Amino acid sequence: MLDLLSGFIVELRNAGLPVSLTENLDAMEAIMHIPLEDREAFKYALGATLVKNHAHWRSFETVFEVYFSLRGPEYAIDGSGEGNADLDEFMRQMQNLQGQGEGKGGGTMDGLTPEELMNILMNALMNGDQAMMRALAKQAVQRFAGMEPGRPVGGTYYLYRTLRNLDLDGMLDKLMEASRQQVGGELTNLEERLERDEYQDRIEKFKQEVEAEIRRRLVADRGAEAMAKTLRKPLPEDVEFMHASRDEMQHLKKALQPLTRKLAARLARKRRHGRKGPLDFRNTVRHSLAYGGVPAEPKFKYPRPAKPELIVVADISGSVAAFARFTLMLVYAISNQFSKVRAFVFIDGIDEVTDYFKKTEDIGEAIHRINTEADVIWVDGHSDYGHAFEVFWDKWGKEIGPKSTVMLLGDARNNYHASQSWVIKEMRAKARHVYWLNPEPKSYWNTGDSIVGEYGTFTDGVYECRNLRQLEAFVEKLA
Amino acid sequence: MGNRFETVQEVREGLKKVNYLADEGIAGVAYLADRLGKPVLVEGPAGTGKTQLAKSVAELTGARLIRLQCYEGLDESKALYEWNYKKQLLRIQADKGSEGWTEIHDDIFGKEFLLTRPLLEAITADEPVVLLIDEVDRVEVETEALLLEILSEYQVSIPELGTITAKQVPLVFLTSNNTRELSEALKRRCLFLHVDYPQMEREKEIVLTKVEGITEALADQIARIVRSIRQLDLKKAPSVSETLDWARTLVLLGIESIDAEKAKETLHVLLKYQTDIAKAAKELSDD
Repeated sequence: MLDLLSGFIVELRNAGLPVSLTENLDAMEAIMHIPLEDREAFKYALGATLVKNHAHWRSFETVFEVYFSLRGPEYAIDGSGEGNADLDEFMRQMQNLQGQGEGKGGGTMDGLTPEELMNILMNALMNGDQAMMRALAKQAVQRFAGMEPGRPVGGTYYLYRTLRNLDLDGMLDKLMEASRQQVGGELTNLEERLERDEYQDRIEKFKQEVEAEIRRRLVADRGAEAMAKTLRKPLPEDVEFMHASRDEMQHLKKALQPLTRKLAARLARKRRHGRKGPLDFRNTVRHSLAYGGVPAEPKFKYPRPAKPELIVVADISGSVAAFARFTLMLVYAISNQFSKVRAFVFIDGIDEVTDYFKKTEDIGEAIHRINTEADVIWVDGHSDYGHAFEVFWDKWGKEIGPKSTVMLLGDARNNYHASQSWVIKEMRAKARHVYWLNPEPKSYWNTGDSIVGEYGTFTDGVYECRNLRQLEAFVEKLA
Repeated sequence: MGNRFETVQEVREGLKKVNYLADEGIAGVAYLADRLGKPVLVEGPAGTGKTQLAKSVAELTGARLIRLQCYEGLDESKALYEWNYKKQLLRIQADKGSEGWTEIHDDIFGKEFLLTRPLLEAITADEPVVLLIDEVDRVEVETEALLLEILSEYQVSIPELGTITAKQVPLVFLTSNNTRELSEALKRRCLFLHVDYPQMEREKEIVLTKVEGITEALADQIARIVRSIRQLDLKKAPSVSETLDWARTLVLLGIESIDAEKAKETLHVLLKYQTDIAKAAKELSDD
């Protein structure tokens, strides 16, 4: 047990979770008070002592599944013993449901045709039958995933194969159809929506069961350590913008919200503290009355440092679009920390998009409009920094003043066009600061058609900004 | 360490009796907090019952609840203890000219002249107490250090008096809305509990227990609609307390079952931003 647990903790650390020695000891002590056969309680005991940041919970769960999924009788893989009895039970249920008396010889699900399996699955989803769904997940993986021991393929491959055979999207429609029939007629829009959400939720649960089943089999095949390694995923704040999958994007989006709140609170606090304004004479005299006219308690004015004016110029061509989107979202979410924020986007043409943010309170919608409506294509829709900067300078250059900070976002992959870096030089002469944020790792800079070095010499600094953590650090420095 | 509870199950049922529906995680952590004698740091979105958890545990164990509300600028004299200067002055003046200085000096720094603030009070109490440190993320990082000694050793050091150790180990709950990252030192000393929006079934039960005169069908509908709304991309998702408010509103209005029209009319109880309301109304009616 002790070995297993220390292996588990090492894996957590490898996944990037900060687990200190005392926390380790706490975890050991905690599980002594918990009945070990209660898996849920065991999990929460470990979670409460080891994971101190909710964003890390998902990583914790994955590692936990890998390390402790094999223990416990209900998770037996070969479907022998207790499991079989369950299957028989389901078989009978299935027959009752379908009203087919004849049965199929053997008592297990193995003898079913795929169509019958789909029917049972549909019924299980309809009734929200958890145990049945678990058994079905097992069966589906066994049948469709085609897992072979020792084959060096990731779990996602098997997952894909299984789900493709099950056609869960079609299942949703069928379920909706069935519930419409149940009511006998049309559902109202509201009911329709609620039913759909309910089924989606159940299907999601079923998918998780399938995933867990595949993972269990893989762990049995390869051992926990190797498995954990393949499943290791970066924490949300470490996910790279440029390579994030759709799923990771969702998580990034969720992580962004609390982050902006934190950042805004921190910046506001920074503004108020640490600096003292000039003596507030009036207020001091007013308070001196309490001491018989002796100004014993000097009062100071609130410091009001000027807020910077921010001009964001972002490349939104395919490769770096996600990065620009996140930066714009972040900047606008804390826009009250700046006196003014103006946003420009470009690919090879450039367009101002400040108005999109003004008209709506919903940042997501504004970003969507930028992607669909902004006029950013001049010739062929491949990044042309030089032309974009030139146009920017002609049209809006005179609006850069000594208060403005210019943020340039992009990977500076210019497709071998002219760089026009004199624009940046002019900008710097007029603006307070000019910064360049590059979502590429530093080692890629100035390779191929990247000319970030050439632009960089004229800025006040080029920053690598690959993930939320780096972005956050930069924005904090800015305000 | 204390043994207030025997099993996790007991905690869960006990909390249910005082009208707090805990899930497995919440009950488990509360149980561990008692067993390990460690404080619990409760984090999560606003309005999911973080503060209520501490109150309910206090009610369950029959302990006195001592609450310290944190805010920016909270300091030692408001959280821990303060000397009663006025009383000290009076004491000195009353003895003018009679006793020696050293005697008075020893005398005026006695317990008699100490004003206890919530933290010290929780430690010196004879009866069992539950200490709730609410919204701990509002104090500055430096002030957090005040809490460290009491959280790990259950003692307070007063330079003039010495160290005061707890007579009994209080159950401590700290809540945080996560507006800033708490320091590692604080986190390390606590068990961590994240309270999220409840699952649909649990939310339905919460509505059923907390709202009087509600039918099961309506509670079910409410829970389902709230779940749908939470999936939207909103500025502020409805919290449990707002769900309860909504349920009460519907009951007061005598609504038996919700349709899109009625939902739209009462959405402002559930959501607090005009854009959110418009979005939700749109989603609920068409699509």
